[in-house]
Amino acid sequence: MKKGDLLVFFIFIFLIGLLPVLSGSTYTMTVGIFSGINALVAIGLCILMGYAGQVSLGQAGFYGIGAYVSAFLSLHFGLPVVVSLIFAMIVGAIAAVILAVPALRLKGHYLAVATLGFGEIIYIILNEWGPGGPSGFGDIPHFSLLGHTITSTTGYFYLIWCLVAGVMLFSLNLIHSRSGRALRAIHDSELASNAMGLDVVVLKIKVFILSAVYASLAGGLYAHYITFISPSSFSLFYSILVLMMVIVGGITNLWGAIIGAVVITVLPELLRRFEEFDVLVYGLILTLSLMFFRKGLVPILVEKIKKLKGLAVVKH
Amino acid sequence: MLTVFLQFLFSGLTVGAVYALVGIGFNIIYNATSIINLAQGEFVVIGGLLMWFFTESLKLPFLLSAVLTILSAGLIGLFMERLTINPLKSTDLLLMIMITIAVSIVLRGILMFNFGKDPYVYPPFTEGEPLSIYGAIIQQQTLWVIGITGLCIILLFLFFKKTIVGKAMLACAVNPTAAKLVGINVSRMVMLSFILSAIVGAIGGMAITPISLMEYDKGPMLAVKGFCAAIMGGLGSNRGAVIGGFIIGILESMTAGYIHSGLKDAVALVILLLILFFKPAGIFVSKTMLQLRKF
Amino acid sequence: MLNIKGIWKSFGGLMALRHINFDVKEGDIKALIGPNGAGKTTLLNIISGIYQPDKGEVSFLGKNISNLPSTKIARKGISRTFQHVELFGNMTVLENIMVGRYVKTKAGFFSSGLKMPYVMKEEKEIQRKSEEILEYINLTQRKNELASNLPIGEQRILEIGRALATEPRLLLLDEPAAGLNIRETRNLGEIIKKIREELKITIVLVEHDMDLVMRISDWITVLNFGEIIAEGTPLEVQKNPEVIVAYLGDEEEIQRGYNAHT
Repeated sequence: MKKGDLLVFFIFIFLIGLLPVLSGSTYTMTVGIFSGINALVAIGLCILMGYAGQVSLGQAGFYGIGAYVSAFLSLHFGLPVVVSLIFAMIVGAIAAVILAVPALRLKGHYLAVATLGFGEIIYIILNEWGPGGPSGFGDIPHFSLLGHTITSTTGYFYLIWCLVAGVMLFSLNLIHSRSGRALRAIHDSELASNAMGLDVVVLKIKVFILSAVYASLAGGLYAHYITFISPSSFSLFYSILVLMMVIVGGITNLWGAIIGAVVITVLPELLRRFEEFDVLVYGLILTLSLMFFRKGLVPILVEKIKKLKGLAVVKH
Repeated sequence: MLTVFLQFLFSGLTVGAVYALVGIGFNIIYNATSIINLAQGEFVVIGGLLMWFFTESLKLPFLLSAVLTILSAGLIGLFMERLTINPLKSTDLLLMIMITIAVSIVLRGILMFNFGKDPYVYPPFTEGEPLSIYGAIIQQQTLWVIGITGLCIILLFLFFKKTIVGKAMLACAVNPTAAKLVGINVSRMVMLSFILSAIVGAIGGMAITPISLMEYDKGPMLAVKGFCAAIMGGLGSNRGAVIGGFIIGILESMTAGYIHSGLKDAVALVILLLILFFKPAGIFVSKTMLQLRKF
Repeated sequence: MLNIKGIWKSFGGLMALRHINFDVKEGDIKALIGPNGAGKTTLLNIISGIYQPDKGEVSFLGKNISNLPSTKIARKGISRTFQHVELFGNMTVLENIMVGRYVKTKAGFFSSGLKMPYVMKEEKEIQRKSEEILEYINLTQRKNELASNLPIGEQRILEIGRALATEPRLLLLDEPAAGLNIRETRNLGEIIKKIREELKITIVLVEHDMDLVMRISDWITVLNFGEIIAEGTPLEVQKNPEVIVAYLGDEEEIQRGYNAHT
């Protein structure tokens, strides 16, 4: 991890700790929890798209798999939630391998449509064969660890953002490592990556698995927090929302995924009064950010800071 | 036995015709720009809902409504290209995919705002006794759908083969640089492809709505199935898209009829993935064609 | 160390290489020359595994590598540069070299994410080694710039540096002097010689700049229309009448064309 990242990371931890103290209302905490869950999925997609250059319009599929597997195992087999979450991640990983092995030979549009198709198939499966069908099921046990069950929103807030911090730390380490550099290399030139002896196929599959594991962890946490799930939360629209988070925040920066997730989660809350507008607003945000802020919030901010620093150096 | 089978077959042909039109819409834009326009399904929805608006809400006569719907769809295609695709002028495929998704969400948002979440329907184009073949009922509207699709295909064929503009559009697809050199206005051709493709989609929507209803969020599924039809015959080939569309329509209605109605969407998706994974160049494409095609 | 026996390769109906035999001795600088479209790059692409030959065998250090993918060939110790520079444009100069160290290191996804102690040690080693290579090719002052921002001359040198980072036994250079000015070309020649002498790396060089070729290579193979028409030392090749014809065209033909013109 670079120095800048480390500093930002400490500020980030500080903010997480501070928020419940400043505004511990159930409402703030709930929005915070959803932001955190979305951030987990967005970080995965950011590594996949921004770093490795592979598109996915099917993240909702992995998110749904995580939610259903963890909820079902803990509810019907009485597995401890931590264990069921781990199973959820394993199943998500297996699904990623099944999709990635044939799909990652495809490029651009084809990969986009293939992942979209995968997400929709999972959605149909959940509707047809998922417990409770289209209306879903409830009574999912709350998260518990070592006999302590978390039921309060503040508790969930801390739990989820600690996991976001952990995942972020892991991801930052990864992208500044040998494997992270290899992923960026594949994005820039597959031809040269092959000639440098990088196992392009294996790396692509691995990064796909990683993004799926993050998404299924998020799905599982969502299920245990909300205790009731139905397929409608895992439709194509969710995949597009995650895409939007990554783009708005800045696809080439992992912090962008977190910022994007928070912005896109908080936004509809601010637009509550225009409920019938929400799809349109989402669409406009995505269109405008693609047209005018293609780099995304965080990279633009980083550039501004660098410029300011540059000016300061000149002045001295 | 036969009656039921025929009934499923006819309903498959009807929806298949619309998938074929969506597939052709994909091809028109792909051929001119190598962009896959994921907002293609929204054009179909626009056709159905606007037709409802003109005939049922404004009570305009049928032909006038049809003309207005087609003009509006063309205009939407034009705006989409001029406001998003053209200013970006990018060759970054990832960006292009996302911008068409973004436009599709905007269109869906506008449709939802104006029409709400309810399904809409209007009477068939002609009132009259349905035909009956071996006991299977064919609604007159079914004949309209298939007839209109056929007409579209013939007109497009003539357009690309016989008119200067059509040939110029094909030239842009084969080699944009060369097209520019011989004085073809490539940017205008790209614009035209979006207009044409929006119109083709809207016509499909107008024709199918009396049979299968139309609602604001039908777009993505229509796009996926139309895309499936288009790649079945190899992206860019209209003949392939037509055959593909009918195959998907028939398989879908057979699945819904004989197996389970909830699975009808899954059929197209599974076919889509199988084609993408094993024969992304299309299943009716010869080996030599394959070598000529770039990926 | 590299033995190529009876290679055939065609694209559709076009015969790109016919019955090529080509050997490279350890420690040599061997140049591959010929007019445009003679099949030089195709041969390089076959050696490095980007294409598979239709017929024939490529063996490296006594092992058959004809049907291996380029990744595996790179790991066996053959590295290369590209005619149209293929750097990782969005990465810095130093990072480009560091990607080259990939084959010589092993930290995986999981251990990197957890920053295990051995990963940290390895990462430091990658950094040290890469900076050493940058020093070697004289690009240290550029280390934090984006690779795509370098002038073409330095991009070509960086590509060689990246290839060196994989510690190859055999280095394939595809027109390394294309787009370079005289001074840059001379500098390139020095670097290539240095690589052979100090690092003991065998080199195959595809190049159009005859000055450079004649100055640094030990052996030259001349390709024309997918066939080898001459082989030998620079002096021998220069005097070979077939080579002169291939490069300048048939003398009689020139004469005929001249007559027809006047």
